[in-house]
This record gives sequence, structure tokens and C-alpha cells, in this order.
Amino acid sequence: MRFRSPFEGAWADPDALLVIRTGDWRLERPVVREARCSHCGLCWLWCPNNCIRDRGTHFAADLTYCKGCGLCARVCPAAAIVMREEDGA
Amino acid sequence: MTTGALRPAADVRVMDGNKAAAWAVLLCRPDLLASYPISPQTPLLEQLYKFRAEGRLDAETVEVEGENSALSAAVGAVTAGGRAFTATSSMGLMFMYDAYLYASGQRVPVVMSVATREQCAPHTVSSGQQDIMMVKEGGWVQLVAESCQEILDSILVAYRLAEDPNVQLPVNVCYDGYYLSHLSEPVGVPTQEAVDRFLAAVGVGKRPVLSTEAPLSFGAFVLGELYAEYRYKHCQAMQRALDLAESLDGEFQAAFGRAWGGSIEAYRTEDAEVLLVGTGSACGTLKVAIDHLRQEGVRAGLARIRMFRPFPRRRLAELMRGRRAVGVLDRSVCFGWNSGHLYVDVRATAADLEARMPLVNFIGGLAGADIRREMLEDAVRTTVARGRGEPGPEVVWLGLE
Repeated sequence: MRFRSPFEGAWADPDALLVIRTGDWRLERPVVREARCSHCGLCWLWCPNNCIRDRGTHFAADLTYCKGCGLCARVCPAAAIVMREEDGA
Repeated sequence: MTTGALRPAADVRVMDGNKAAAWAVLLCRPDLLASYPISPQTPLLEQLYKFRAEGRLDAETVEVEGENSALSAAVGAVTAGGRAFTATSSMGLMFMYDAYLYASGQRVPVVMSVATREQCAPHTVSSGQQDIMMVKEGGWVQLVAESCQEILDSILVAYRLAEDPNVQLPVNVCYDGYYLSHLSEPVGVPTQEAVDRFLAAVGVGKRPVLSTEAPLSFGAFVLGELYAEYRYKHCQAMQRALDLAESLDGEFQAAFGRAWGGSIEAYRTEDAEVLLVGTGSACGTLKVAIDHLRQEGVRAGLARIRMFRPFPRRRLAELMRGRRAVGVLDRSVCFGWNSGHLYVDVRATAADLEARMPLVNFIGGLAGADIRREMLEDAVRTTVARGRGEPGPEVVWLGLE
């Protein structure tokens, strides 16, 4: 019998967890208007997928995992994030 | 009736089944006790809280708002590397069903006793085995005791089974509500040192746990082939638990001076022409009935199922082989098969045998109804008659027919 997991139950190395590319599920993507971003970190705090990354001067989503839920755009006090429809490209 | 002989040097006390369970838990040194009271399990929790108030039980206690949370708290503690205990009955067991399935599917080695009780409706709080039958395919190991001593001993074995690195499964220790939970018998209480030695083979470091030093994720989302892999491993672990239960019986005898027979206690089966199969406290009465009938020349024996899940299929088949008839005593009802639950398993086991034999099911003791010696003697005689080819209904409802 060939097993994929070294564990008896559904335990996993947390790094190996990031195998499901949930970015594939996205219908809209968050676009950050960097000049407007005040770097407050609210989007980072709220993101249910924990995929907002600190880019030094602003925050932006890691699109490999961002599902496009739009919560970051909703909570951004500076209205720096807008949701854009994915064009399939 | 107590079948395991007490060692003279043992610390023997008179206590009921709930207290016997509490003593076992005390000796197993749990880190967490999660509790929600329900009859007939409540005095067990009261005794554990008393131990704690007296400073004898060094366990964190969590009083929760319902059974679902009780088991979930225990699951959390075990996942973090602790040893946890909880207990329930009947509707409480139903109310924790999703946590019950989670504990087994996630391979969390928690131990939970069940003081078995009928299910509502019709409304009742009386004894029966319907509750454990309702969860029998939930992926837990289920041990069923016949006496107060066996309750204590089974909880010690339950932790060895549950936490074994090759098993890692939750374990139920089931005992008939009221008939055992509230029945006082002499119970030998092992020493702490002996229990510590017996449990030294399991514990932290032998299974994955949540820790900040080496983080692991728990409860990860699983799809398709990986899901099948975990289910396959779960099934394999159930069979390893069955094997381990047999070998632990000898180890238990070496440690505590009592042997129970592993997955099945075979009682007077060597020369038996007919075999009775049962589980739980009613088997004590069944043994007395068999003893009595043997004085009249009736060669009957009993296979008492001690490990109901995983089902000891091979051993039962060996015990059934060559008998003229097999009678099965059930204290529960399987609506889908118009019989008792144990009977369905025995019928399935019979398919492993080359030769067919008459099988007959006796349903009795529902909601605390008496199962008297005379009723069981009639059941044994009926089984003998079926072995001679006499016709009759496949399922006999004791007290109704």
C-alpha cells in the first residue's frame, strides 16, 4: 500500500497544507491602489484566508491563494482596494 | 457476576459501577475531565469531582453546556498531548454524535465510558443497550463490561488500546445503566504503581500532538484519494485494536492477576452443543441459567462479546463452528433487520462457516425490563429445540411471546 501521508489521521505539516491553490476559485481579484494605501494593516488582519502580504509600503493579496471574497476591499478605510472581475486570462 | 478472581492481596472495596469507573479514571491520571451529567452516568462524574476536591485527582475540569462540548473539550486536550476522560449515556451520546465521529475520524485517542440506557422515544431513562448500538459504526472501539470489576479493568485497558501508536483510536467502555452503574459489588482496586507500570507503554511522545516546538495542522481539509487513505488506515487500526485486545489480556493478567478473555469470554463452550451469544450484565444471569441447565444434561455454552467494535469475527466464528444451534440475546432493537443488533453481526459471522446452523434471536431487557433466569433457561431450551430441527420464529421477544 502506497500512502501519501505519514500520519494515521488528518494531521499535516502546516507548510504542506498550502497545496490547494484556492486562487483558482476567484471570480474577482483585489487591486490595491498603492498610493492610497496608508499601510494600516486592517486588510491583513481581516483576510479570512490569511493571504494578505506586507509589501513594505503597502499590503497586497497573494493571488495564488486569494479567493476573491472582497472583505479586504470592504474594510479598507482608505478605499485603496477595488475588486476587479477576473477576465479568465 | 464477577468472573475474574480477586487476588487476596488486592485492595477490595464494595462499590457500584460508576464508582468503579471513577477509581479507574483516577488511577489513569487524566489531565482533563470534561463533564456534563446525565442519568445513569452522573454519580461517576460526582465521584471524580469528589476525588478532585479531596486533592487526589490532579486534572483540569471543564463543566460544559452540553455533551457535544464535553467530548470536544476532551478532543482538544488529547490533541494537545494530554489524557482526557468523559462519560455519557443515551441522549447525551446522541447529542455529541458529530463530535463522536470527529474524534474517531481524526484519530483522537480519548476514552469515554457509556452507562448504557434506552433511547427516547417512548420516553424513558431505563437501562438498555440501544444507545451504544446507535453509534456502533462511528469508528470507535467499544468494550462492554459484565461486572463492576470489569468496568474498572476495562478503563485501564481502554487507555492502553486508545493511545497505542498502532491504534490511536477513541475507546468507549460501556456498562449497563443501573444494573451495573448502580449495582454494588466487591471491586479490587489496583495500586497506583501497578497502573503506572501498565500504562507506561503509552503516552506523550508516541503520537502526533499540537505543540509550538514542532507545529502541525489538525483537522485539515481532505479530498478524494487522501480521504480514502485515512479511511483505509482507520479500518486497519480497528483490526490492530482487535489483535491488541487479545494480547493485552495476558499482559493485564500478569500485571493485575485477572484475565477476561480478550475480545470474547468463552464460558463452558468446550463441549457445548448449543452456543449462546450475548454482551453486558445479562450474561451473568445467562451463565447461571447455563449452569442450572447443565445439571439437567443440557450442554450449552456462552460467547460473551467483550469487544463489540471492532467485532471479533474470527474468534466468534471459531466458537460457533460445529454447534447445533446458536441463540443470541439482544438488549436493543435493529429496526432495519427486524431483530437485535448483535444478532445481525452473529448472522454475518455465520456466513464465514462452511456448515449452516439454526440461529435464533432473543430480545429482552428493553427499558429495564427483567431478564430473569427462568426466561433465559427458556431461551437456552428454545435454542436446543431449534438445533433438533423444531420450527419457530427467528426472533423471540422475551416477555411478549
